[in-house]
Amino acid sequence: MADVARAPVSACPACSAAPAAEALAERRAAVRDARITLSLPTIHCSACISKVERALNAHPGVRDARVNLTLKRAQVDAEPHVTAQELIATLDAIGYEAHELDPGTIAATQTDKAGRDLLMRLAVAGFAAMNVMLLSISVWSGAEGPTRDMFHWISAAITLPTIAFSGQPFYRSAWAALRHGQLNMDVPITLAIVLAVVTSLWETSLSGEHAYFDAALALTFFLLAGRYLDHRTRAIARSAAEELAALEVPRAFVIRDGDEVQVPVAELAVGDIVAVRPGGRMPVDGEIVEGTSELDRSLLTGETVPVFAGPGQAISAGEVNLTGPLRVRATAVGSDTSLHRMADLVAVAESGRSRYTSLADRAAKLYAPGVHILSALSFVGWFLYTWDVRTALNIAAAVLIITCPCALGLAVPAVTTAASGRLFKRGMLIKHSTALERLAAVDTVVLDKTGTLTEGTPELTNLGDHARTDLEVALALAEASSHPLARALTQAVREAGIAPAEVTGVTEMPGYGTSGRWQGREVRLGRASWVGAAQGATQTAAWLSVAGEAPRAFTFTDRLRPGAEEAVQALTEAGKRVILISGDSSAAVEALARRLGIDHWLAEALPEDKLARVEQLAQEGRYVLMVGDGLNDTAALAAAHVSISPASALDAARVASDIVLLGGDLSPVAQALDTARSAIRRIRENFRIATVYNIVAVPLAVAGLATPLIAALAMSASSITVSLNALRLR
Amino acid sequence: MNILVYLIPISLLLGGVGLLGFIYTIRSNQYDDPEGDSRRILSDEWDDHPKP
Repeated sequence: MADVARAPVSACPACSAAPAAEALAERRAAVRDARITLSLPTIHCSACISKVERALNAHPGVRDARVNLTLKRAQVDAEPHVTAQELIATLDAIGYEAHELDPGTIAATQTDKAGRDLLMRLAVAGFAAMNVMLLSISVWSGAEGPTRDMFHWISAAITLPTIAFSGQPFYRSAWAALRHGQLNMDVPITLAIVLAVVTSLWETSLSGEHAYFDAALALTFFLLAGRYLDHRTRAIARSAAEELAALEVPRAFVIRDGDEVQVPVAELAVGDIVAVRPGGRMPVDGEIVEGTSELDRSLLTGETVPVFAGPGQAISAGEVNLTGPLRVRATAVGSDTSLHRMADLVAVAESGRSRYTSLADRAAKLYAPGVHILSALSFVGWFLYTWDVRTALNIAAAVLIITCPCALGLAVPAVTTAASGRLFKRGMLIKHSTALERLAAVDTVVLDKTGTLTEGTPELTNLGDHARTDLEVALALAEASSHPLARALTQAVREAGIAPAEVTGVTEMPGYGTSGRWQGREVRLGRASWVGAAQGATQTAAWLSVAGEAPRAFTFTDRLRPGAEEAVQALTEAGKRVILISGDSSAAVEALARRLGIDHWLAEALPEDKLARVEQLAQEGRYVLMVGDGLNDTAALAAAHVSISPASALDAARVASDIVLLGGDLSPVAQALDTARSAIRRIRENFRIATVYNIVAVPLAVAGLATPLIAALAMSASSITVSLNALRLR
Repeated sequence: MNILVYLIPISLLLGGVGLLGFIYTIRSNQYDDPEGDSRRILSDEWDDHPKP
């Protein structure tokens, strides 16, 4: 029910995104040079707190440092010249790992204003409900005459201001729904509260017997509790998701007057010359003006084989520079880059998703009109029967209060809180409020290859095929390079217990490979064309040539992500259809599909192809879970019924997906489907429990037999059973 | 029953004091770091004089 309130039919996702972007810009301006925020993933004890704080405070230029153990972060208030890098080095020296967080992205989680506001309203409602309940108990146990009137008046004096303050979230959302000509759960809630207070006031002024002040307050209290739970679950997920985004501090190095200057990516302009170091990600679309290197485009296209890059070549934002430093002239920056052009595809795909109505919404659609009609009918019936407005109004109010969705308001948030907490412990972050429900319906799983099933890091496959001397030479050459293939080669050969040969004059030719002299002969390790080998194999390979001998190939495959095999196996066993779709070459995809036992696969898929396949599956009536990490998956992630991306994914992919996998392990995916299904079962049970209470109590109310005591009992009992049932979730 | 004239206002007042106290704790960010605070109280670092 709480969902109904917060998601007022967003017809265009951009409308709600635009103000968010403005707010972000404002926050960025406000925190420009004020504070440095560090993420400290390894702190865990009270000694850590004081050690870190002491070290930071001792750092010259730091005014104040405070550690937050719950969020595992440190806030540092420092003079403008202090940089995060210095502080990270300081902490590293005392043995704590630290990462800088982008203050603009993280600022939102600092003070959770909405949560605090809800908690305050909840506290006021709880206080008032307790006091009024005490007064009501004396009325129920037989207070009469002036005493009863006095108790009623005191209750009224407590209730009126409380209802006016605490009930505001319901009034606002009910008003918003009514203005659009719709009904949501908050309309009957508001009507019940208002009607209960009005009839009770009227009864009290006539020294009547039944006043529903306690019911109005208990209703507000229980519903606010549900809403607060719901808010907390989402705030925790949001905070963790923002932390992931904030870890990528968007900075770039621009050449100004011959010097490299560090600037925020947002300040880059078309025509700027940007320096990109090996290992760095392209911040802009552009053209290479200086340097040669190789580019890793796997996040954009799914290709695992690095691409050669030299002057004059066009590059796109998001590609990773592997070996040599590059200078790039920007041709498109910020939202004009190809990275952002993908957003159009995503927006189109997302409009399909917003058509999903949550269980709570569906319940509300059935429930809200039914309650109103029932209450109106009992009013009309009793009015025609007795011709007494007071009696009729009293009974109508009783019907509204008893049917009011207290338990329903708790049914969904209590379960989702429990389930999200459980999944969070296993390393899954539920970002979207209806993701659990959608996850429970999944019958088809579409997996991306590079970066999802595989780690995106190469692994040497033919170590045994080479002579020892070749390996020694290759090791000597590979150690001089930071290219991923060279590093994989180094690691594999080192692990085999082989020492490097004596190779002199080793130099790296960025974009080609490394060369040197060994026993007076020239040796080269690198691209096929450069060492003089025929580029025949479709496999990823590095070639070693010794002058006078035929070049030899070192082949690589992509390393499997831990848990990938288990996840695919568990999904297949659970009867899900598993499909592998990748932008990589057929040979690589087929090999992986064979290895994992996946029957359906599709290779060399463009982003549009992935999207089309997912949409086609949806049209066949299948509920698709998409797991992917690259930019080329973003549209498919948004179009799928529900989507998961690993934490290593590109920001855009994480934003488009409903669930983020925090660890490197893929096996929780299959477990998450089980948890989601049992969570949905609990939610349905909760709806049923609430309905049973209504079936018992409503006839009493319509017959005019309901007293405030029965209303209070039914309401509390159903709310408590529903909450306890939610806790049974395994 | 005349005692009610005193007792009801007193009970409301006491409850109200508790409520105000709670609102004060919310307003002064005392729930931002529950885990850290529960450990800080065990540290003897600022036992002699308050943190400047």
